[in-house]
Amino acid sequence: MTTAIEVRGISKQFVLRHTRSIKEAFVWLVKGRKGDLSQKFHALDNVSLDVRQGESVALLGLNGSGKSTLLKHISGVMLPDSGTVRTRGRVAGLIEVGAGFHPDLSGRDNVYLNGAILGMTEQQIDDLFDSIVDFSEIGQFIDTEVKFYSSGMYLRLAFSVAVHTNPEVFLVDEILAVGDEPFQKKCIAKIMELAAAGKTLVVVSHDLDLVAQVCERGVLLEHGRIVMDAPVDEVVSRMRS
Amino acid sequence: MSTSELTTPGLGGGLRDVLRSRFLLKLLVAKELKVRYRGSVLGILWSYVKPGVQFFVFWFALGVFLQMNRNTENYAIYLFSGIVLINFFNEALGNASRSVVGNGGLIKKIYLPRELFPVASVWVSAVHFLPQLLVLLVACLFAGWTPGVFQIFAAVAGFMIVALLATGLGLFFGAANVYFRDSENFVDMLLMIATWASPVLYTWIMVRDGLATVFSAGTASVLLVIYQANPLTIAVELFHFAFWLPTTSEITDPMIAAPPNLLDMWLPIGLATALLVTILGQWTFRRLEGRFAQEL
Ligand SMILES: Nc1ncnc2c1ncn2[C@@H]1O[C@H](COP(=O)(O)OP(=O)(O)OP(=O)(O)O)[C@@H](O)[C@H]1O
Ligand SMILES: [Mg+2]
Repeated sequence: MTTAIEVRGISKQFVLRHTRSIKEAFVWLVKGRKGDLSQKFHALDNVSLDVRQGESVALLGLNGSGKSTLLKHISGVMLPDSGTVRTRGRVAGLIEVGAGFHPDLSGRDNVYLNGAILGMTEQQIDDLFDSIVDFSEIGQFIDTEVKFYSSGMYLRLAFSVAVHTNPEVFLVDEILAVGDEPFQKKCIAKIMELAAAGKTLVVVSHDLDLVAQVCERGVLLEHGRIVMDAPVDEVVSRMRS
Repeated sequence: MSTSELTTPGLGGGLRDVLRSRFLLKLLVAKELKVRYRGSVLGILWSYVKPGVQFFVFWFALGVFLQMNRNTENYAIYLFSGIVLINFFNEALGNASRSVVGNGGLIKKIYLPRELFPVASVWVSAVHFLPQLLVLLVACLFAGWTPGVFQIFAAVAGFMIVALLATGLGLFFGAANVYFRDSENFVDMLLMIATWASPVLYTWIMVRDGLATVFSAGTASVLLVIYQANPLTIAVELFHFAFWLPTTSEITDPMIAAPPNLLDMWLPIGLATALLVTILGQWTFRRLEGRFAQEL
């Protein structure tokens, strides 16, 4: 099987205190660069991970363990301090639904804008537009400005655009629990359908039942380090114990 | 299944990526324009009304009350042709400098060519520049303007210089603003100076004569060259040459109305400087963009 995501020994340090003014930086320079301008900590510490094409991986861990940070490195939003990340094919990060939505635009405009942001061409959006609206069940509200949508409607439309982008690799961060119960079921069914169609999935979620249902493999992160990489049931039971 | 190669994500191709994402650029520009004019009855018509009224006020107050025409023939047209260009520069650079931080929510979450944001800001400003240009053209036609090839060439070059300059500086300050929010204030100050550092409100002859009375002949000529090498000065003079000069009569001496060697020397210098600024801006942007997502 071919590799879809190859992460080799990446580390990422973040500063704990940010300096934002020229004054502070200047004082630091004048004092002969003594001390570090800011304290640092490792958000990712020598992480290596290989994901095969068609695999579905659950990324698990407590709050602040570095899951979102790892996804951002795979999508290219962040670059590692050391180590390398390589991916095959188009990667779509569903890092947060509706990241590119603008409240003052209509649902229709937002579908186009968000689709293009996620890497779709004009032709692709034209072709999929009806299917996107159908899936979201927004119906007649599609020409209303999204600021008048209920928060559930907003999420539905955003999620619907995201699942229609059709990339080879899907990165999903905490977005499966959107909408009401029936829509949630529909989203999960859609994700499983993508997995069945041979898409590579990396899913972050605190809903352990859900990831156990969607994924085969589980990877457990603790303080920026991978501490366990096993079938998802084993990882879930370790987390529950 | 997939035959594509393994690639490293997050390494953009700079402004080349913007060319590849033309559709997204178009949508970003359309979004800006829609949001700007939402809920207004006249909508984009406002961008015709405002400069139209502005020109009328200039013509009336400066020409009729202040009698500025005694020093500079058709002073309203002189002033307006420089002002539209400076307006374009101010809006483009001001918005481009804020564009990266302004779109931080998106940049933090989804990878896309980040150069798109400064470029879209410049583009939006260019869309606002068009109605002003139209008002200027109408005023020029009333004043008996007939364009020639050189005039059109000069106008296009003047516009290009300002657009490239705003893009380059916008990339630079847009990226710097992520690390130091001071830079947007610095840009505001720069823009205030820009209006006075180029011959928008006065003529270049006044600069030449003013420098000659204050400094020795040698120093004055060096300072004048520095003043004239400012790409904004060149662009504004190109606009004067294109729009104002053809409307003047015998009382304006064409030898001093436009600086010497405007087309054959200053124009290439201006374009080259603006291009250099764009390249440097893009280079800085690419060096800084790797840490955008974590700093925003
Ligand atoms: N841009 C940043 N600057 C500084 N620190 C950051 C930045 N982004 C993340 N961090 C820190 O890195 C650590 C890991 O964050 P991350 O968002 O990856 O956690 P997570 O595993 O996704 O947590 P959660 O389950 O809460 O979503 C946290 O301590 C967070 O404060
Ligand atoms: Mg997270």
